[in-house]
Amino acid sequence: MNLNYTAAEESFRAEVRAFLAAELPADIRSKVRLGRRLHKDDLVRWQKILYRRGWGAGMWPRRYGGADWSVVEQHIFDEEGAAAGAPPQIPFALRMVAPVLMNFATAAQQNCFLPRIISGQDWWCQGYSEPGSGSDLASLRTSAVREGAHYRVNGQKAWNTLGQYADWIFCLVRTSSDARPQQGISFLLIDMKSPGITVRPIVTIEGEHEINDIFFDNVQVPVENLVGEENKGWTYAKFLLLHERTNNAGIGNCKRALKRLKEIATHQLHNGRPLIEDSRFRDRIAQLELELMALEITNLRVLSAVSTESRAPGPEVSLLKIKGSEIIQQLAELQMHALGHDALPYLREALEADWVPAPLLADHYATFAPPLTGQYFNYRKTTIYAGSTEIQKNIISKLILGL
Amino acid sequence: MDLRLTEEQLALQETLRRFIAKDYDFERRRSLALSPLGYSAEAWAQYAELGLLGLPYPEEFGGLGGSGVDIMAVMELVGQGLLLEPYVSTVVLCGGLLRDAAAHAIKEALLPQIAAGKLQIALAAYEAAGRYELAHVASTAVRDANGWRLTGRKSVVLDAPSADYFLLSARSSGNRTDVEGISLYLVRRDAPGLTLQAYPTHSGGRAADLHLQDVYIDDDAVIGAPERALPVIERAVDQGIAALCAEAMGIVTALNAATLNYLKTRKQFGTVLGSFQALQHRMADMFIAAEQARSMAIIAAIQANSDDPATRRRALSGAKAYIGQAARFVGQQAVQLHGAMGVVDELNVSHYFKRLTMIDMTFGDADHHLARFSDALRIEPIGAAS
Ligand SMILES: Cc1cc2nc3c(=O)[nH]c(=O)nc-3n(C[C@H](O)[C@H](O)[C@H](O)COP(=O)(O)OP(=O)(O)OC[C@H]3O[C@@H](n4cnc5c(N)ncnc54)[C@H](O)[C@@H]3O)c2cc1C
Repeated sequence: MNLNYTAAEESFRAEVRAFLAAELPADIRSKVRLGRRLHKDDLVRWQKILYRRGWGAGMWPRRYGGADWSVVEQHIFDEEGAAAGAPPQIPFALRMVAPVLMNFATAAQQNCFLPRIISGQDWWCQGYSEPGSGSDLASLRTSAVREGAHYRVNGQKAWNTLGQYADWIFCLVRTSSDARPQQGISFLLIDMKSPGITVRPIVTIEGEHEINDIFFDNVQVPVENLVGEENKGWTYAKFLLLHERTNNAGIGNCKRALKRLKEIATHQLHNGRPLIEDSRFRDRIAQLELELMALEITNLRVLSAVSTESRAPGPEVSLLKIKGSEIIQQLAELQMHALGHDALPYLREALEADWVPAPLLADHYATFAPPLTGQYFNYRKTTIYAGSTEIQKNIISKLILGL
Repeated sequence: MDLRLTEEQLALQETLRRFIAKDYDFERRRSLALSPLGYSAEAWAQYAELGLLGLPYPEEFGGLGGSGVDIMAVMELVGQGLLLEPYVSTVVLCGGLLRDAAAHAIKEALLPQIAAGKLQIALAAYEAAGRYELAHVASTAVRDANGWRLTGRKSVVLDAPSADYFLLSARSSGNRTDVEGISLYLVRRDAPGLTLQAYPTHSGGRAADLHLQDVYIDDDAVIGAPERALPVIERAVDQGIAALCAEAMGIVTALNAATLNYLKTRKQFGTVLGSFQALQHRMADMFIAAEQARSMAIIAAIQANSDDPATRRRALSGAKAYIGQAARFVGQQAVQLHGAMGVVDELNVSHYFKRLTMIDMTFGDADHHLARFSDALRIEPIGAAS
């Protein structure tokens, strides 16, 4: 065993760092650092820059334009990106639908979609959940009825992240109600410009527009957009969920949040002294740092096992999802607490990049205060989406522990 | 001992419950939170008619001579209705402070006005560098030929934008963290040299940072003993804490009811969520947390105006710490058990959760008060080991 990075890994890290220093646009970096709003253009611009460097999808196999990164290389890339203030790569296309396409789609579908994904041309969103089908996804009711060369799709998808930007949605639809619910589901790719699709914004707890309801009213979808076999969609859906969860530890993001927390606690005063000198508060930081230290290695252990055995990720990724989501929630909570009563003001306008604080506000309003409380509220979602904590624990107890 | 509310207190709660159902439903509350004022002027007038605004003052000042438990009964409903009016700031904190510490003439001039709904006051006691320490006062008061000259900054003064006056702490001697040397001034909102930077808060109310540049105050606007105002401020804040504890308890009760209802109606996997044992146990824990929180809120309400600072410290810091933790647990779990419905703006669950969070961050969070409670243990007489 050896916790040191190899020389090759270290040189990869240096390469990533140099790239980020040279190529990450200053305006995007500043938005990420200050917690200001990122717009579609920022995220697409960054994806295109990565693509030009050959890192549009580092973990993808080379034959699809990826860089065949190892688990450790991906980890280094995430860590450096987060530290430098790079925005996240939105996972729906790169890490969710793409692995499904690579494993189950036709060559024509792969050739059509994958290049447009890696280059940042198409934005994808995920159409799984419905109002009545969240944890119990297999009960979904959005229907697709085969009519000649088309499916006619009717129904509603809920809680759809960033669907307002999307060119495409990958959907689970019901194509049969004959057998067990899992057996009548198909995996459809739907053009968001299709007539009959309506996107309705949902405002979330912190006051932002991040999710949507999507309504399908007699939407015609060409049969070529079916992935794999009809009524076999549940297999692909589960495969996708496991891929989704490998990304949920979010170590890089947690590390950045931890560093930020320390900065804030050093800057904020408690009775005239830096808050970090308060042992009660510092212990809370320490406790989280321990969790993160352990999770970093757990994450690498789990993902390396998956990759050396070259198999699809299994139920063990549930633990990464549980821990990663809890740690980022608690980091956000402590960041908010570090502000003391300065956590109370709700300065919505302060989330825009060009906001300049009024001169009467304390200087930390310019550097960190405004987004923190909203972030704490927003991060409540992390233990709910991508399979809630309770569902992950059910998976661990059933599939790993055999209970 | 008698741990029940009186008939009058229950009747008062029933009145408020009906008022909320009729005039203050969730949609109405949402539009009020977004309005320029941030609360309902009509509701404020109704509170005056109901006697709520004079509740804790003696009858000679237009009040009803109510107790801490009366305030608790009101605040529980303030929590359930997510009411936005500046009740705690004006009636409990500042009115209570004047009642306990101001000269007779000031009480006579201001308390009846508060009771009638004509006057609002906000407490400007905290500064950015002090965090939750009331003794941390860097704002200065200098005596010169024209009176007291105040200079400095106060941060996150709750309900400041609608206030007619501020009760503001400033230091005329000592270092910025000294307990002595702090005086309390009654400052008019329109005093020359006073500027406000106003903003909404995350739970819908309004607040402001205050900036004072050579604001002149007369001698008769000094409240309580000059340079010895800290105990007066602490006592008022303790009453504010008791009120917030009761508000939190009201919210916790409402959230538990909403969550329980959700568990009984929302179906997944062909059955109601409430049939999953993991969720049954969670809900049981939330129920226990609420009962325990209620007990602490009662302790807080009864001790809030105790003359003995040590008794108050134990009760109020203890309650604020305990309820902060309980409310965090219940709030987070209520959101969690509602799934995605818990994080949408459209449903009141997220608003209850935000209000609980903001209550924890007001007048010292759970850690701050746990530290104070625990520090007090060091000087407690333990008695001989047997
Ligand atoms: C911000 C956000 C973004 C999202 N983005 C997307 C998206 O882009 N695309 C998409 O398809 N979906 C998305 N979702 C939906 C998400 O996947 C669902 O919210 C999630 O699956 C939970 O479903 P639900 O909200 O219906 O809650 P429910 O399934 O109703 O669950 C409610 C509560 O009950 C618990 N519970 C349920 N079943 C059990 C059980 N058997 N045992 C114990 N506890 C149980 C849950 O853990 C939860 O706490 C998003 C959700 C959020 C909050």
